[in-house]
Amino acid sequence: MINKSLKDLSQALAARQISSVELSALFLDRIERLNPEINAFVTVDREKTLAMARAADARIAAGTAGPLTGIPVAQKDIFCAEGWTTTCGSKMLANFVSPYDATVIRKMHAEAGLVSLGKTNMDEFAMGSSNETSYFGPVKNPWDRSRVPGGSSGGSAAAVAARLAPAATGTDTGGSIRQPAALCNLTGLKPTYGVVSRYGMIAFASSLDQGGPMAASAEDCALLLNTMAGFDERDSTSLERPTEDYARDLDKPLNGLRIGLPREFFGEGCDAAVMAAVQAAIKEYEKLGATCVEVSLPNSHLSVPAYYVIAPAEASSNLSRFDGVRYGYRAPEYGSLDDMYMKTRAQGFGAEVKRRILIGAYVLSHGYYDAYYLQAQRIRRLIANDFVEAFKSCDVIMGPTSPSIAFKLGEKAADPVQMYLSDIYTIAVNLAGLPGMSIPCGLAEELPVGLQLIGNYFDEARLLNVAHRFQQATDWHTRRPAAIA
Amino acid sequence: MNQWEVVIGIETHAQLATVSKIFSGASTAFGAEPNTQACAVDLALPGVLPVLNRKAVECAIRFGLAIGAHVAPRSVFARKNYFYPDLPKGYQISQFELPVVQGGAITVQVGSGDKAYEKTITLTRAHLEEDAGKSLHEDFHGKSGIDLNRAGTPLLEIVTEPDMRSSDEAVAYARALHGLVRWIGICDGNMQEGSFRCDANVSVRRPGAPFGTRREIKNLNSFRFLKEAIDFEVQWQINEIEEGRAIQQATVLFDPDTGETRTMRTKEDAHDYRYFPDPDLLPLVISADWMERVRGELPELPGQKRERFMRDLGLSTYDAGTLTASQEIAAYFEATVAVAGQANAKPCANWVMVDLAARLNKEGKEIVESPVSAVQLGGLIQRIADNTISNNIAKKVFEALWNGEGATADEVIDKQGLKQITDTGAIEKLVDEVLAANAANVAEYKAGKEKAFNALVGQVMKAAKGKANPQQVNELLKAKLAG
Repeated sequence: MINKSLKDLSQALAARQISSVELSALFLDRIERLNPEINAFVTVDREKTLAMARAADARIAAGTAGPLTGIPVAQKDIFCAEGWTTTCGSKMLANFVSPYDATVIRKMHAEAGLVSLGKTNMDEFAMGSSNETSYFGPVKNPWDRSRVPGGSSGGSAAAVAARLAPAATGTDTGGSIRQPAALCNLTGLKPTYGVVSRYGMIAFASSLDQGGPMAASAEDCALLLNTMAGFDERDSTSLERPTEDYARDLDKPLNGLRIGLPREFFGEGCDAAVMAAVQAAIKEYEKLGATCVEVSLPNSHLSVPAYYVIAPAEASSNLSRFDGVRYGYRAPEYGSLDDMYMKTRAQGFGAEVKRRILIGAYVLSHGYYDAYYLQAQRIRRLIANDFVEAFKSCDVIMGPTSPSIAFKLGEKAADPVQMYLSDIYTIAVNLAGLPGMSIPCGLAEELPVGLQLIGNYFDEARLLNVAHRFQQATDWHTRRPAAIA
Repeated sequence: MNQWEVVIGIETHAQLATVSKIFSGASTAFGAEPNTQACAVDLALPGVLPVLNRKAVECAIRFGLAIGAHVAPRSVFARKNYFYPDLPKGYQISQFELPVVQGGAITVQVGSGDKAYEKTITLTRAHLEEDAGKSLHEDFHGKSGIDLNRAGTPLLEIVTEPDMRSSDEAVAYARALHGLVRWIGICDGNMQEGSFRCDANVSVRRPGAPFGTRREIKNLNSFRFLKEAIDFEVQWQINEIEEGRAIQQATVLFDPDTGETRTMRTKEDAHDYRYFPDPDLLPLVISADWMERVRGELPELPGQKRERFMRDLGLSTYDAGTLTASQEIAAYFEATVAVAGQANAKPCANWVMVDLAARLNKEGKEIVESPVSAVQLGGLIQRIADNTISNNIAKKVFEALWNGEGATADEVIDKQGLKQITDTGAIEKLVDEVLAANAANVAEYKAGKEKAFNALVGQVMKAAKGKANPQQVNELLKAKLAG
């Protein structure tokens, strides 16, 4: 049961082979047993989960269930959920119980009837690529517990990889869904900016943040995205579009599919074993009827520097509300008001968050704004234009998700720049606002390798189709870490 | 003082008359229990997002159209970053580089009577922004309380060029702006509740010299304080310069109790607000259609009404200006004219501007609270025009109406027997009696003493209890004395 797809679970629930309470308890038991080792969850509340499961069973019994009603999922602890502690991986919010639901939470639970297994660990305020910046300690990669699961959605990735949850939500500002998906052998999708509401999703970099599904397969992701996506009047950057069934094109044949291979993604900087797996996957696609064309993203080398101006700039402002005045952490002792602010924020934020706030405040400062922030915005436009050009000759762009397999805990923690470079292939997608996926495409040193698929705006259904056909032809996505039983 | 020129620019925060806040659905009503009108968005809980209130935008469009400004088809909301406990997000959403209203002008009347003159004040811009909450420093046993009811209230910040040259001009501008925002229904103008507050940027210079260094007087919430603060500040700056001290750019506060300004912060400790476009809000796009729809809903504007009063009613510039100072005055005047007739527009203007204004002023009443309605006053003016009563008697009737002694002027005139005596026979009889009884005055007049004539008129009017037509009395007396 723990390895079943969402579709199979849905059928099992509908056929009363298992109840939502039984299914949820199964996963809660696994969490109880395995989480102390993996540290994927920061909050589990058995009673709340089982209450939701009972409500789902009632819906199933009443015939008012949706396709995913009763299926348990894990929620990244960046989404505010009413009555749940919502920490965003920070000491600053370690005791913050949200009084309201994020739109994603409302849609998934109140509307679609999914059951929450709890809140997953993450890099503090989603700032990190290894889950080592969490106030609640690092998450271990279920494939090798001496290694990182990636980040910032590392808790969600580890939870699904260890089958502590059938699926999970993540958020992706510079690669935070795709990179951990790659490192944990999952399928993860970052939708087009504006497809999933950001209301109630604690902001890191508002113009880049986007929520999305993380699961074992493209089909699971499609079903999950169906419950997450949609226009939200509470989010001004949400896009008003007709609702769509993201699973509608899953089975379309790939004959004639044009795959763009950016020259810049296939040069130096990527581990050979990773590249070999990616190349093999592309060969597989050719067998499935696709053709490859070389494309160019000439400004992609500027994406990391531009990102590390824009994202910290927005973060420095977004995180100003954590001031110890109304909620969250406040320093126990302080003198003046300024002293309260300084001690609260010095004690409440971790080193990486403080580093980014400082960078952000600096690049927005009078006299530096034009040289950094405006310049980065110009680069951002160039990067987006590169993709527009590239998509004139292809339908989907492919390349590695991460330049390496999961690295050792502590390996890059002391070197922020090395850490930032682990998102070198994913960041441009956020800057352009495009949809991107990572799917399992092989193993290197017995650890997962992710293939990145980048689509044109609103091409989620096509990306899922491209991923699904690959998963019909290969079994990489079905591989599970040996140690997890 | 003559050798110094005063330079003043004014920034006004007008609270927009919307039901809900600029970026949330919470109520903007004044006076609720602290923190009862602050929703998740106003409290800046983690994860919340702003959604722009289109009603607030319409207020800005109305204002832009009313002052002949450029209403930007695309403007941008920016974040102004600073820490303060009553600023929940740690930034204020405002407009910085691209405001919604650009340019425009307001023509104001300065002074009164012979010294009155017109002046056109150019506006730099007006932009939308959210208000902060309130810090309550009293009654908290040494701690500060925060009330976030006001946080997120929509404001239009209206900025002038440094066009004003005296506190009188500044006050005239502030009054005209106050009248205008109420006129077009975008602000209730309640200054006690902080719905309309002015900051004055003041500097002095030798005529012809470049602008001096300015100091900004913050948060003036009455026209009197605006004038007093500027006057004090100007004198202080002149003294400083004359004593050889340079003016430092600063933000100052006015203390109404002492009548003095004092420095709050200088340029050295000015914030770097790290403005940048708010990524949570799309650029504000105002279509031509939207603008035209708002234009169609605008009332006749003060300037247009003023022109019409001059053109159609033959009023002077000054009268037309005074009667369009607020929509309430204009409405009262027009209702008075509607009853009294267009031919009596000038006496209507005088009654509203002089007699009524003085009486209202004496009792501290607003024109909308006047016990004498425009219809009553119009009826009264009709009776003066048709010679039923004299101007003097009219004042008595007005007083009677004020005190509720009758529903109409006619009723008062009737009840109190105030109808003017115009019967020549009756007046002649009175004249004859007075001449017979005042031989001494007659003799004096005949000896060339003009004053004696006035005494005789007075006697006749007294005998007539004031009701005789003064013109007829004059004519008959003159004829009899000549005869």
